[in-house]
Parts: sequence; C-alpha cells; structure tokens
Amino acid sequence: MTILVPVKRVVDPYAKVRPLPDGSGIDTGGLKFEINPFDEIAVEEAVRLREKGAATVITVVSIGAAQVEEQLRKSLAMGADKAILVESDAVWDSPAIAAELAALAQELKPDLIIMGKQATDDDNNQAGQMLAAKLGWPQATFASKVEPVDGKLHVTRETDFGEETLEISLPAVVTTDLRLNEPRYIALPGIIRARTKPLEKRPASISPIPKTRTLRVESPPARGAGKKVANVDELVAGLKDRGVV
Amino acid sequence: MSKLLLVAFEPYEAVQGAGFAQSLGVPFDVLNLTGTAQSDAGAGKVSNANLAELPSADGLATSLRAIVDGYSHIAAISSMQSKDVMARLAGLLDAAMVTDVIEAESSTIFKRPIVAGTVIATVEVLTLPVVLTFRPSGFPKPKFGVASVVESVTFNDQSMARRVSVTARGGTRPDLTQARVVVSGGRPLKDAETFERVIGGLADQLGGAVGATRAAVDSGIVPNELQVGQTGKIVAPDLYIAAGISGSTQHMAGIKDSKVIVAINKDPDAPIFETADFGLVADLFDAIPELRAKLGGVEN
Repeated sequence: MTILVPVKRVVDPYAKVRPLPDGSGIDTGGLKFEINPFDEIAVEEAVRLREKGAATVITVVSIGAAQVEEQLRKSLAMGADKAILVESDAVWDSPAIAAELAALAQELKPDLIIMGKQATDDDNNQAGQMLAAKLGWPQATFASKVEPVDGKLHVTRETDFGEETLEISLPAVVTTDLRLNEPRYIALPGIIRARTKPLEKRPASISPIPKTRTLRVESPPARGAGKKVANVDELVAGLKDRGVV
Repeated sequence: MSKLLLVAFEPYEAVQGAGFAQSLGVPFDVLNLTGTAQSDAGAGKVSNANLAELPSADGLATSLRAIVDGYSHIAAISSMQSKDVMARLAGLLDAAMVTDVIEAESSTIFKRPIVAGTVIATVEVLTLPVVLTFRPSGFPKPKFGVASVVESVTFNDQSMARRVSVTARGGTRPDLTQARVVVSGGRPLKDAETFERVIGGLADQLGGAVGATRAAVDSGIVPNELQVGQTGKIVAPDLYIAAGISGSTQHMAGIKDSKVIVAINKDPDAPIFETADFGLVADLFDAIPELRAKLGGVEN
C-alpha cells in the first residue's frame, strides 16, 4: 500500500491570533508556523502503517509558497519517504485544493490518502471529502482507528452519537480526528535524514479559480466581562434572577 | 432564481433550519431524511425520505446529488454527520462551500468562525450553487403558518463504504446541541463513576445534558461524543455550567453563544472566569452538592 499525505502549513495552533487592524487577514507577525495538527496525526498514522508492514512508500505533499518546505521537511523527519511541494502564491480554497490533489492522485495512484479532517486556521473541514468525491473513492472521515483487514481498511470514526466502524476498499480517503494517535517526538537522526530525502518542487497542474473569497476578518463580539460570586447562595440567587433555573 | 434545499438529518432540524432559510430571504424546500418533519414552517415542499438508517457519506451524497439540480443553495445544520456528507456533495457538484455559517449578510455573504472561533471571517460566495452548513443558534425562529406540500422520496443505498459496527451511547438525557441546560466537567472529575455522579447528577436535576472538555475525553473519563468545543459539539443552551474547566480557547469557542455561563473552579486565575456570567471560586466537590441542595425544589 502506498500512501499520500497532504499537509498544510498553518499559524501556530496554540498562539492567540488577532485580525489585522484593516481586517484584511490574520496578524501572523512574530508567530511560528507548524504542520496543521490534524495533518501531523495523518503523517504519524501513515508511518505507523508502514511500521506495521501495511504500507510501503509514503509521499507528503503541500501546496503553497517556498516556506512550506519547512513543514514538508518535518514530515520527512517523522518518517515520510518523499515530498512534493506544489509551488504557488495563489489563494487556494478547498475545491481548488481538492482538484489539485485529485490530479496528483491520478498521477501517483496512491492506495490511501490520509489527511487532517480540517486545518486549524480556516476550520473548513471540506478538502478530504471533496477530494474523495472528485476521485470517486470511498471516504472515512474523523478517524479514531485505522486497521488494515484483508486488503481493505476498517476505520473507526467519531460520530455525533458515539462511534462507528466502516469497511472501505482501497483506494480511499481517510481524514483524521484528534484521538487517532499522538505524533512522535522527532529525534535528531530523523531531522538529519530528512535533509537528504527527495523533495520535488513543481508548478500547480491547475489554475485555481476561487469559488469563495474572504472579504474581511474581525474579532468576535465580546461577551460581557466575567463576574464572580462569593458563594453558592449568591449563585443560586443570580440564576433565579436571570430566569434560567 | 435562488432556491434553497434544506437537508434535515433529524426531523427537528427542519424547523430550526427554516429560521436560517427565512433569514436568507430565499424560498426553500426541505428534504427530511429520517422520521417525519413538521410541515408548517414556510417550506414550499417537504420531502420525506423515511430512511430507517442513514447510508454512509458516499452513498448519501450520491443520492443527494441526483435531486439537487435547480437549487442555488443546499444547506444543513452543522454536525459531524452533515460535514461528512455535505462536503462530499459539494465535491460531486464542484460547488463552493461555506462551513459553520453563524450569520448571513445576504444570500451570498456569510460570517463564520475561523481559528478555533478567535476570529470571525466574512466570506463571499462567488459561484452558485453553494453548499452550506450553519449553526442554528444565531438565527431567529421561523415564521409558521404556511402549509407545505408533503411528498415521499425514495433513496437507494449506493454506499461504497460498509458499516461494520455502530456504538451509539444515547441514554435518556437530552441531546447536547438541543438541551436548555448543559452541565460540563473537566479532568478534575477523575473517573467515569465520579463524573456521572457529580456532573450527571446535577444535569439530571436540571433536566439537562452532559458535556465535557477535550481533556476529560482524552483521559478516558467520558466518551468522545460528549466533547464540547471547536472540534466537538457547539452548544448554545440557556444555562451552561462548567465545573472544573479552565476555559481553553478551544472549549470557549463551543459555548460562547450560551445565554448564561456558570464556572465553578478552585483556581481563581482560570481563564473561564474572564467570560463566566457567574464565577464561583470553589472546589466543585463541595460546591455542586451544595448547589444541588439549594436548587432542590427547582421545577423544570
């Protein structure tokens, strides 16, 4: 089984971000960039599948400017075999990403594409499902467990009501949820090995035509400042006053 | 000519979604997948698919694809299920998609939270059709009165994915996203038994639902479907009680539309106190029994 793992460079998911004063975007000044945490889980799962003997070659791919190489190198350090950087300064919305990845999948013919369920910057939760649709492949989103069984996959996925296990034949698209695994710590030898692994730079195969565009960003309306009560009696009185108990 | 198809995964979503459709000012039909939907909330047509069990996403999206021609907007209430299916439908249609709409400026300009709800983006849709998921709490209740045409539609399950097993842990409490009261707990609840006794007990007394933090889920105290927050359930009850919850950005993004937020935490510097309408600095194991005793005669 060969695996393709799309990864996205996102602003540090643990940093507090604010809109730029003119509302044109998010102020990323002074902030670090990381692999989207859900994509990092996807890279980890691919590496674990290979360690179990279920996978052979793992290719990571990202679409974006030259700096994205940093996240691809980190994925290689985690254990991916090769990387593809689709170099582009254009704005890519989910349908465009899905179209570019679909073209790449038709070329590379991976058995499995595993990727984050959403990116922590735009929180769209779209690209994996759109990609599966374009390829006509089965999908298993929000995976919390992936098990190869007789040439197919059993994917346990989180649902609104609990969980379910789907059997999907390959090729397929799987998107990862938080509890699938905990990505490994990258030791120095991995980082050194990653420097010499192949990283191919290529232009995009489509011209992305956005179907949506962001007009502005702003801070959410603030709730009133918090208020403390001294004891349970005050709490009960306050709740009765607000008519909620 | 704009026309919206509202896809209701649960029958009650037909009415909640009608408020959204009406506020877009676009005529709408309802496709109700399971059970029977109310048919006086302004829809032109209500189609009941009467599915005993929902097909998996690929099969359902294929069935939806066959009936959505002619609609400019195809919308569903945000849930894990709807995101799974609707994004695949958008892929089949090669359509634009906007996830987690919280406000509509027009029928093509929407507001939605990004970066775990710390920023609100205003997004313009440049091509129709568009597929939307939305959070109903930001939209008014629908105007009732117009009787819709009601018909049945037949969906054949064409799923490629095969469902091997399902674990649904419903129970008797109201659904988290629908409950008037939600009581949530964090990791200080220690184990499943303590969580159920303390958090579950208060929730039952108030006729409410139970929620939890990601930390509580990750430590195995409660199952994943109880997680409240940006990557879990988004809730908007009249009363949200957070016990032993510090208030991470991720968690607050899931509760900020609650009418009244109560925080009980023994750490006076917990970030949740910046937002809570009523913050009580106390050990939850003392405060909750006292609260239960003093709320004793509450009627629900």
